[in-house]
Amino acid sequence: MTMPYYASPEQLMRDRSEYARKGISRGRSVAVLTYADGVLFIAENPSSTLHKVSELYDRIGFAAVGRYSEFEGLRVAGIRLADVRGYSYNRRDVTGRVIANAYAQTLGEVFTQQMKPFEVELCVAEVGDTPESDQLYRLTFDGSIVDEPDFVVMGGQADAVTANLRQHFTHGLGLAEALRVGVQALSAVSSATAANGGGRAQLPAEQLEVAVLDRRRPKRAFRRVVGAALAALLADQPAPDEAPPAEAAAGHAPSAPAPGTPPGLGDPAAIDTAGGTEQASAQPGTQDGVGGGTDGDSTTGDQ
Amino acid sequence: MSDTSAARSGFTPAYLDRVGSSFTDFLGTAAPDLLPGRRTLPAVSVAELAPHATTIVSVTFDGGVLMGGDRRATMGNLISSRDIEKVYAADSWSVIGIAGAAGIAIEMVRLYQVELEHYEKIEGMTMSLDGKANRLAGMIRGNLGAAMQGLAVVPLFAGYDLDAAEGASPGRIFSYDVTGGNYEERGYASVGSGSLFAKNSLKKTWRSGLSADAATRALVEALYDAADDDSATGGPDPVRRLYPIVYRVDAEGAVRLTDDEVAAVAEAIVADRAAAEREG
Repeated sequence: MTMPYYASPEQLMRDRSEYARKGISRGRSVAVLTYADGVLFIAENPSSTLHKVSELYDRIGFAAVGRYSEFEGLRVAGIRLADVRGYSYNRRDVTGRVIANAYAQTLGEVFTQQMKPFEVELCVAEVGDTPESDQLYRLTFDGSIVDEPDFVVMGGQADAVTANLRQHFTHGLGLAEALRVGVQALSAVSSATAANGGGRAQLPAEQLEVAVLDRRRPKRAFRRVVGAALAALLADQPAPDEAPPAEAAAGHAPSAPAPGTPPGLGDPAAIDTAGGTEQASAQPGTQDGVGGGTDGDSTTGDQ
Repeated sequence: MSDTSAARSGFTPAYLDRVGSSFTDFLGTAAPDLLPGRRTLPAVSVAELAPHATTIVSVTFDGGVLMGGDRRATMGNLISSRDIEKVYAADSWSVIGIAGAAGIAIEMVRLYQVELEHYEKIEGMTMSLDGKANRLAGMIRGNLGAAMQGLAVVPLFAGYDLDAAEGASPGRIFSYDVTGGNYEERGYASVGSGSLFAKNSLKKTWRSGLSADAATRALVEALYDAADDDSATGGPDPVRRLYPIVYRVDAEGAVRLTDDEVAAVAEAIVADRAAAEREG
């Protein structure tokens, strides 16, 4: 029998971290942003069936990057934990913190005790009744858990996307505006866009997986934004020459939606409708105006 | 308990095992004590000690299906509850009504609701209506032991079939027996102690292609007739403002009719019957 070579614990951990980091950095990025009505998930994901974003429970969502088979197993475990807890206690007793803790324990255990760490990074998001009570937990491959206030970016180009979001993100954005900011940040680093040698100016709808946790929805807050609804939200991003009428930027909501008004979420009860002009006009007027045409930088200045 | 320990020290192996999208099967390995069918029961009949829920009626209409139930639960010769709810939305497109031992039945409904939602979240799509009906049959089968002790649960299941063929009625009804037998019904169905009278009533009032309003009236009238002849079925109670629970499932999903809507239908039926009695 041969003796294994000695490796110091520091060396072992360093090697595993490096291994996991490398695996994660090969993937495309995911951004999770808070907005006025909840939490917005944006993933660069060409597949429409292999999801990176998922519902865990009534008010809790999940996003992941890295190796699909590994985070899919963790996603299922999270759903199971949430459902068992909700079934044996009550639906209100299922919190994002409980699920995030279980993820942290499992990731930490695998990282220290197994040969190969999980090459994944996770985000558990929970919407509360008010924007202040929204929670974003970011979990890394070694089991560290961080409670992030505004947004979480994970994946290959996370640092560059984070830097971009720091400049453009503000609190209380409307859905269309938050989506615009997020997609713009992901597009800036994506290999599919013109900036990096791809064919397009911005990531198109078919390259994106978008979902929201909308606090206004009763019971199950998670909803995927797909198809026509996503196209409409994305198309709402105005070109500079389509400046909105001046009155749209006034301090009250327009009674008839001005051109370029964000379609909003539509009726919370009706899934994937892009219609809801009432919802859009119910938002603060300044947001309508901003969504209608001013660019991201002036938004930052406004708020 | 296994679920709390999972929260403290990460997921146990059962949680990370990526086999199956059934919540019931998962509970069977991770926390079998939570399943209704896995308990040891006394070897005597306990039927008299447990409240029993009674009549459930379901009827199809043009574009969907309705299900309603009276509000009474009985325990031997006593009325144990006047306002029990026995019809529930199973998910967005289906409803379930229960007759039999109320405690076990309500637990089963809760488990069934989680089962459907769990599948939806894990698979990313809704189970087919036939799949849902089958899962419920499996649950009833697991309760056979308890049924032999007098704690039988017999549900009625109905839903809107999103995959219905062109021209076929999208509203479908499934009935069950205590052994888990699963039968699709044509047009209307009823379970519980008053089902005989409810079915006889529907035989006269129901016909294919009814509008939603006409079907609602036929359903409430069937419950009225059941309450007329069956002591375990409650009729409309204008004193306490208690009326049957009625759910409608159509292309818009499952919605519970408001108390006012059902009250209006029930009061119209009572008024018509009273008028007919005076003329006769």
